[in-house]
Amino acid sequence: MKVSLFVTCLVDQLWSSVGTSCVAVLRRAGCEVEFDERQTCCGQPAFNTGYRDEARLVAKRFIEIFAESKAQAIVSPSGSCTAMVHHFAELFGDEPEWRERAAAIAARTHELSSFLVRVLGVDDVGASWQGRLTWHDACHGLRDLNIKSEPRKLIGNVRGAELVEIENAEACCGFGGTFSVKYPEISVAILDQKIEAIERANVQAVVSGDASCLMQIGGRLSRKGSKVRVMHLAELLNHR
Amino acid sequence: MNTETFAENAKAALNDAQLRGALRKATTLFGIRRREAAASLSNWEDLRNEARAIKDDVLLHLDRYLEAFVSKAESRGAKVHWARDAAEANLIICRLSVERGARNVVKSKSMTTEEIHLNAALEGAGMRVVETDLGEYIIQLAGETPSHIIAPAIHKTKRQVAELFTTELGIPPTDDVGQLTSTARHTLRERFASADVGISGVNFGIAETGTIVIVENEGNIRMTTSLPRTHIAVMGIEKLLPRFADLDVFLKLLPRSGTGQALSTYQSFITGTKRNADDEGPDELHIILLDNGRSRMLAHPVTRQSLACIRCGACLNVCPVYQQIGGHAYGSVYPGPIGAVITPQLIGIEKAAQLPYASSLCGACREVCPVKIDIPRLLLHLRGEINQQRTNHRKERWAFRLWAAIMLRPWLYEKTAVAARLMQRWFGLPLQAWTSGRDLRPIEEESFREHWRRSR
Repeated sequence: MKVSLFVTCLVDQLWSSVGTSCVAVLRRAGCEVEFDERQTCCGQPAFNTGYRDEARLVAKRFIEIFAESKAQAIVSPSGSCTAMVHHFAELFGDEPEWRERAAAIAARTHELSSFLVRVLGVDDVGASWQGRLTWHDACHGLRDLNIKSEPRKLIGNVRGAELVEIENAEACCGFGGTFSVKYPEISVAILDQKIEAIERANVQAVVSGDASCLMQIGGRLSRKGSKVRVMHLAELLNHR
Repeated sequence: MNTETFAENAKAALNDAQLRGALRKATTLFGIRRREAAASLSNWEDLRNEARAIKDDVLLHLDRYLEAFVSKAESRGAKVHWARDAAEANLIICRLSVERGARNVVKSKSMTTEEIHLNAALEGAGMRVVETDLGEYIIQLAGETPSHIIAPAIHKTKRQVAELFTTELGIPPTDDVGQLTSTARHTLRERFASADVGISGVNFGIAETGTIVIVENEGNIRMTTSLPRTHIAVMGIEKLLPRFADLDVFLKLLPRSGTGQALSTYQSFITGTKRNADDEGPDELHIILLDNGRSRMLAHPVTRQSLACIRCGACLNVCPVYQQIGGHAYGSVYPGPIGAVITPQLIGIEKAAQLPYASSLCGACREVCPVKIDIPRLLLHLRGEINQQRTNHRKERWAFRLWAAIMLRPWLYEKTAVAARLMQRWFGLPLQAWTSGRDLRPIEEESFREHWRRSR
C-alpha cells in the first residue's frame, strides 16, 4: 500500500529518529512510503491555544498538500496530531466545501499503531528489544482516536520485551501543549504522579505514541537523574 | 482568592502538602467508586446518551417546559418567582424571609445559592443562617467556601475538622469521626427546631408534575424542607426534566457519577404545599427560578451544552489539574473542568480569562461526564472567545501570527529551524517556563527532512 508520511513538525525538528523509524517500520509492513517536503505543522498549537484564524490557515494548507497525494493512507507517528486532523472540520463552520475536504483527509489519516493493526492487520513487525517496559496512553490517541489495544498488541509481539502496566496508565502526563508553559508548576505536579508510577513499576523504558508526551516525561526523568529512558513506539518497533 | 489570580492561587495550593494529601485521597476514592458504580450497569453508555438527548430536548424547548412546570407547581400551591440575576434572587429571598418575621434560616447544600452568595445577603438582612450539610457546616464554621461541587470540605483532613470543632464548638479535642458527626448533628438539630425558613436547592424540576426533586445522604435536606413553616427552593432554569419517568435515567446516573452510590440515601419529591392544613410540613413553598446568565449560554449553539450539567462533580475528580490544586485555586464558585466552562459565562469572560487555559485538554472529564458534555471543546471555544478580545494576550497573538507565517512557508520553516539550532548552540534557548522543572530535548542537528533528502 502506498502511504504518505505526516511526520509532524515536532518529530521533524526534535526527534528525527522517530520519523526514520516510522518509515522503516512501514516499509517492513509492505508499504511504499512517500514524504511531501512541503508539509510543516497541522495547526494544533494555534487551535489548542484558541487562535482559530491561524489554525485555519495552516489546516487549509495541510489539506491542500495532502489532497494532492495519491497515497491511500496518510500515516503519522502521533495520536495528537492525527486527532487534530480529525478535528479540522470543526474549524470550517461557515465553509461547507472545506468541511468536506477536511473530512476526506481525516478519513485517510491514521496514527501509526492503529494503521498497522486496524488497516493493515499487522500486529508483529519482527522487532526485538530486551527488557521491561511500559506503555503510556497519550490522551488524544486514547480518548479522541480510541487507541488502546493496538500498541499493546504490537508491543506484545516484540521479542524479549516484557510489557507491564503502570498505575493510571490512562492519566495525563501534564503536557497539554501551551498548558505546559502557561502553567509549568501545575504541569510538572501532574507529571510527577506519572513519574512516581513509572518508578514504582521498575521498568527500563516508557513507550508512547506521541513525541510531545515523551519529551515531557523524559524531561522530568532526566532532571531527576532517572535511568528510565523514553522511547517512541516507532523506535521500539524498528529495534531488532 | 479570585479568578483573576488563578496562577498565584494554584502555586500556593501546590505548596500546601496537607491540601494535596487530602485531595489525592478523596479524588482517588471518588474515582474508584464511580468506575465501579458505572460498571455495575450494563447499559451505562445508553443511559448517558439517553440523558443527553433528554437534556438537549429540554434546552431546545426550555420556554415550553418552564411554562408547564410553573403552571403545574402553582396549581399545587407553590409560588414561583423569576429572578433575572443574583441580586434579584437575593432580594426576593430576603424579602420573603423578612415579611415572615424570620430570624433563623436553615439551609441545605446548594451550589446555586453559593452562586448568588445568598448567605451574605441574608445575613445583611439580619438573618442567622446555618448550613446543615455536614461538609457545608464545616466550611461555614471555618469561614471558607466549598472547594468541590458535591464534597464542599474535600480539602480538609480529619484533623483539621477536629481542631475546628474544638475551637468553634468548644468540644474536647478528638479525632473520632463518630463523635465529630454526632456533635454536628446535635448542634444542627437545635437549629432545625428553631428555624423559621428552610432554603434548599433543586436537583431536578419535573415539568409534567411541577415536582422538585432533591437528592442527599444526610437527611438534612428532608428536615430543611419539612420542619420550618416556609420552604424556599432555589433552582436554575436549566434544571428541568420533561417527565417524571425521566428520573429513571437521571437517578441512575447522578449518584453513581457523584459519590459512586447506586442510589442516594434520601430522594425528596416535593409537589406543591401540604394538602390539608393539619398535615405536617411547611405552609408555603416558594420556588425561585434563576437565570443569572443561563439564557445567554442557552442562546449560543456551542455553549448551550454547558447547561446540561447535573452537578455530579465527576469531572473534578478525574481532572489532573483539579487533583493537584483543588477547588479554591479556581477562585470561582464552580471549580474544575465544568467550572472553567461555566464561570467565564456567568461572571464574564474578562474576569475569568485564565480558567479555560487551566486544562491540559486530556479529555478525562468528557469521558466520565454522565451527560456527555464535550468540556474540552467548550474550553477551546472559550479560548477562542478570549483571544477575540483584542486586549488579551497581545504578545502571544503576535507570536501565533508569526508562527502561522512560518508554518505556511516551508522554506521559512526550515530557515527558522536552522536559526533555532544556531541559537541553541551559541546561547541556549530561552525556555525558562519549560526548563524550570524539566530538561529540554535539544533540537537535532539533522532534521527528518534533511535526512530524507540525503538518504533518498
